Amino acid sequence: MVERRRFGNLFAYAVLSLGVFIVAFPVYLCFIGSTHEQSVIANGQMPITPGDLLYQTYYKTLFIGTSGTTREPVSGMLLNSFVMASVIAVGKIAISIISSYAVVYFKFPFRMAAFWLIFMTLMLPVEVRIYPTYKIAADLRLLDSYAGLTIPLIASATATLFFRQFFMTIPDELIEASKLDGAGPIRFFKDTVLPLSKTNIAALFVILFIYGWNQYLWPLLITTRDDMQTIVIGIKKMIVTADALTEWNVVMATAMLAMLPPVAVVILMQRWFVKGLVETEK
Amino acid sequence: MASVTLDNVRKVYAGSIEAVKGVTLAIPDGSFTVLLGPSGCGKSTLLRMIAGLETITDGSIAIGGKRVNDVEPAERDIAMVFQNYALYPHMSVYDNMAYGLRNRGVPKDRIEARVAEAAKLLGIEGFLKRKPRELSGGQRQRVAMGRAIVREPQAFLFDEPLSNLDAKLRVQVRIEIRGLHNRLKATSIFVTHDQVEAMTLADTVVVMNQGRIEQAGAPTEVYRRPATQFVATFIGSPAMNLMPGRVVAAGVAQTSGGRIAFDPVLFDVADGQPVEVGIRPEDLQFVEPGEGTLSFAGAFVEELGATRLVHGTSGSAQLVVAVAAAVQHSPSAGLAAEPGAVHLFDPDGGRSLRRDIRSTSS
Repeated sequence: MVERRRFGNLFAYAVLSLGVFIVAFPVYLCFIGSTHEQSVIANGQMPITPGDLLYQTYYKTLFIGTSGTTREPVSGMLLNSFVMASVIAVGKIAISIISSYAVVYFKFPFRMAAFWLIFMTLMLPVEVRIYPTYKIAADLRLLDSYAGLTIPLIASATATLFFRQFFMTIPDELIEASKLDGAGPIRFFKDTVLPLSKTNIAALFVILFIYGWNQYLWPLLITTRDDMQTIVIGIKKMIVTADALTEWNVVMATAMLAMLPPVAVVILMQRWFVKGLVETEK
Repeated sequence: MASVTLDNVRKVYAGSIEAVKGVTLAIPDGSFTVLLGPSGCGKSTLLRMIAGLETITDGSIAIGGKRVNDVEPAERDIAMVFQNYALYPHMSVYDNMAYGLRNRGVPKDRIEARVAEAAKLLGIEGFLKRKPRELSGGQRQRVAMGRAIVREPQAFLFDEPLSNLDAKLRVQVRIEIRGLHNRLKATSIFVTHDQVEAMTLADTVVVMNQGRIEQAGAPTEVYRRPATQFVATFIGSPAMNLMPGRVVAAGVAQTSGGRIAFDPVLFDVADGQPVEVGIRPEDLQFVEPGEGTLSFAGAFVEELGATRLVHGTSGSAQLVVAVAAAVQHSPSAGLAAEPGAVHLFDPDGGRSLRRDIRSTSS
């Protein structure tokens, strides 16, 4: 806004601060919890100042694991989650950019039928097709493997749609100029479409990485071995029904660690992310 | 460089819309040909068919004597300048110009030499490292031309390349394009709907309407001896005045605004034949009302500085008269024109009734 009103600004800051507080306070509490003894939290006396067990708790969490329940160190879970989220994000982008390219730039029989078929799978997320998908994964011996964690989640109608809309904004003259410049379909894709999609790919990567990272139901079904579980599943398994047995400090530390990679991805790619969603380089 | 020959070329789109209805045209080697017509007349489609971006429904196109109907655009050895330039936004100016050469496997040092030469010719040496979005419209236009020039193609195709520029720049780039053509002597085909561009650039103007060629000829030829009523009104600004009338005696036509003399040697008409009388605004002069003049009632005046356009009516016809700004006229004067400047058209179909045109084209 052009006009500067002091009171208006103050009010805006107040509302924003309140919002930040509401979002950040539980995270802060979680961090505090990860620096105290297990018994402190179990007693119900949640402190709001950091304790002195920061290093011990995180060391134990990362490299040793809880004493009961799932005794896996969290570093392994982080790796599993990271592999899963990255493969899903990269795989989804790779497959959907190719299929959108086919749907937008090539004329073939049943082109629109193919597109609508892809589009319809929007209505079939994993949760809906979970039984048949599990059956197929099991028959293909994909249980407890990275392939099983990722491949069934890679097909993406959303990303295909996203790239299709973007490709349709690329002017036809650019394709024609490429044709005259002697670039075939693969060259046009590599030299023109990919560089132009750079920011879109980055934006999509952020969204899809977080989507993959947050997967819960599918990893819960497909992994049985503790060393294959993702961090989201790990947190779930650490919490025992008998409240007093749960090592809350480790759970809190795991939650903090689980937050870091998505946050890092968002911060690192923020500039690209915004650019990809609002700007076009044409 | 090569000639381009079109033989009875047709384009029918799905849904049986006939965009180009049988065009036969020979474009000689090294000439500058302008395809001129209103939007939707098929001129761009025709150009795109020459480029290979549209399939040819019927007929044949030859470049340099070689039939290219089924040849890929890249192999036709032509270069095209697009209306919106179609520069690759993510590539530098240098890469934009070099891209086509790289794809053809031209050695690196040759590419560098050719790009440098073209950049010098166009005065864009300073921008080679910039991205297209950092350039002004006129500079982008030059890069687009540079991209065409480095290819050293058989023919240049221009698809309304000036319509995205502002009026002043358009005149400047127009002169540059013509200057470039005079130097490179490359066969050029230029599509435009702007008759001034066509008149100033062309060796041959091809006037198209509704998928057909109305007339092809030198700019002065098309202006002075329009073959059809469409050409007569499309070329020249303001447009030629048309008045329905009838031939009443040898060399005299009667219109609702009075009688006007024409050159009986030029036209193949019989007494009593209905005709459309056409006179360009600049060929009309104000005279004392009398026998053999057209009546004129002026309505309003457009001042253009050097000239003045007087709008009014003569009988039932709307007329425009272009006179020098200094000329005074009374509100109801008479109008006269040299008999040689009077055109006659057939009211049925709009063909010119000139003897020479009728005998050659029908």
